[in-house]
Amino acid sequence: MTAEAHKLPLGQRLFPRRQHDRIGSKVLFVLTLIPMILLIAITVALVIKTLPLLREYSLASLLGGTEWKPLKGLFGYLPFISATLWVTILALVIAVPPSLLTAIYLSEYASKPLRSVMKPILDLLAAIPSVIYGVWGMLVIVPWVQNKVIPFANSFPNGFPLLNTDNPTGFGILSGAIVLAVMVAPFIVAVTNEVLTAVPEGIRHASLAVGATRLQTIQRVLIPSTRQGMFASVVLGFSRAMGETMAVLMVVGNVVQMPGSILDAAYPLPALIANNYGEMMSIPMYDSALMGAALILLVMVLILNIASTLILRRLMGRVRRAW
Amino acid sequence: MKHWRFKRRHISEAIVKFFMLLSFLLVAASLISILWTILSKGLPALSWEMVSQTPKGGYYLGKEGGILNAIVGSLLLAGGATLIALVISLPIALFLETYVMKTRWARYVRLTMDILWGIPSIVYGAFGFTLMLSLGMRASLLGGIIVLALLEIPIMTRAMDEVIRLVPEELSHASLALGASKLETALKVTIRQMMPGIITATLLAFGRGIGDAASVLFTAGYTDRIPTSLSSPTASLPLAIYFQLGTPYPEVQQRAYASALILTLIVLAVSLGSRLISARLSKYINK
Repeated sequence: MTAEAHKLPLGQRLFPRRQHDRIGSKVLFVLTLIPMILLIAITVALVIKTLPLLREYSLASLLGGTEWKPLKGLFGYLPFISATLWVTILALVIAVPPSLLTAIYLSEYASKPLRSVMKPILDLLAAIPSVIYGVWGMLVIVPWVQNKVIPFANSFPNGFPLLNTDNPTGFGILSGAIVLAVMVAPFIVAVTNEVLTAVPEGIRHASLAVGATRLQTIQRVLIPSTRQGMFASVVLGFSRAMGETMAVLMVVGNVVQMPGSILDAAYPLPALIANNYGEMMSIPMYDSALMGAALILLVMVLILNIASTLILRRLMGRVRRAW
Repeated sequence: MKHWRFKRRHISEAIVKFFMLLSFLLVAASLISILWTILSKGLPALSWEMVSQTPKGGYYLGKEGGILNAIVGSLLLAGGATLIALVISLPIALFLETYVMKTRWARYVRLTMDILWGIPSIVYGAFGFTLMLSLGMRASLLGGIIVLALLEIPIMTRAMDEVIRLVPEELSHASLALGASKLETALKVTIRQMMPGIITATLLAFGRGIGDAASVLFTAGYTDRIPTSLSSPTASLPLAIYFQLGTPYPEVQQRAYASALILTLIVLAVSLGSRLISARLSKYINK
């Protein structure tokens, strides 16, 4: 033993490995603080940046205002908030029924080979970058809306509810919603599938054994016991869709207005931030207003996210998740 | 009567099954449509010049050049970010499993990860940009790497946390029973068993990082040159696609499609690669 070793405390000299363990656990513990610090830092930074705006304008005038004219000092978020809601809700209306049906089909009916083919397909859909979905939307969905849906909508002499528009381009809420729907569908399928797989086999067997068909088992046994989980997976998809930037930005038209129909162009919150941040820093309050948009988006997403996560957690405990 | 009811429930079963199959085909068809669109539009415009040169003067007007700047930029951004994220995520995942397991603290950390995971990348981008402004940083490779790393940490940690639970408890019990400390068990036993999962998680995060545009939009900037240092602005593939698509010239738009094809190929290769590697490695793992 060297001279230095004698200077160490007795415990450390006798049990250096235990000491390493103690130090190691402390270092690792500090690392787990990073995510919490990050979450708090993001929220605090956005709030601080928005404060100058909140001092000048009332919250009601910001959230309820329909005029967005930074040069005149008018910052109404309502067109952006409603655009975000229109696009996201329509996307879910399109995506949820096929997604839930696909998930049920995969977990209850599909053969093993089909299931093993579908898993990589869902993984690939989830892996494709959003800008690629945007390119696809511009090349396939926008022309389809322009050449098929808009003439169809205009063929009604008195107009059709939610389909009236004077926007002839095809860039609009419907295009954005279709692209978003394709983006969130694999996600909803994966989560729902996971929830369904967590239901014990025995319950299905019991139902089938007393003479129920597969469908009756699904209706009376599986859906009631997984209703919450399905709901949570839809809410999680909703929050994903809400924050999606690039794909939507490329096909939604980006016109500041209160949308009146699903064929109108709109300007969702993420697009507002992406298109304007980093430029117009000379206009007073503009950067504060854009940070405010990020804050609104964050709050909307956090509420949905925390709610759905808590539901899923309670439902599945530490069951592993696939997404 | 009995006969009729018997029939009815079988008919409804068939109808519902038909709709399920239809939805399933719809989901599969949309993937095929995306891949086909990108392939058929991108392939004709793809050339060796595209991937081997940086943009020359007048590139965005249809003159010659390529997008090597964006390819290199994207690889550097996503590579650097994935490295940082790995250094932070792996210890967190190990700590959660080895030391705290099912305690309240572990639950909080996991909940935070789930919440962070759901935050849109544009919010990360805006946050990163404010942070950089207050530190006096300009849009740069380093800024982009840091913001992307923040985005990737929750993705990677969650993916690792999933696989780490699949490591049989008996193995770590055996290690502890032989007198190894928890740290030694984590570093010498658990981590080896996790290897396929670590690789999958890392590649998953890399794929997400390389495809993300909203977070690097303000933080990494854009330039026609290949970055030479951490402080130089850096181009990225998603933004290259977006900017080229925004020009009114058909030649440049063609190149956007080719760039989209390149990005898709990289992402698909990463995704397939992670599958192959983890399948290969999992042979050597105790189940």
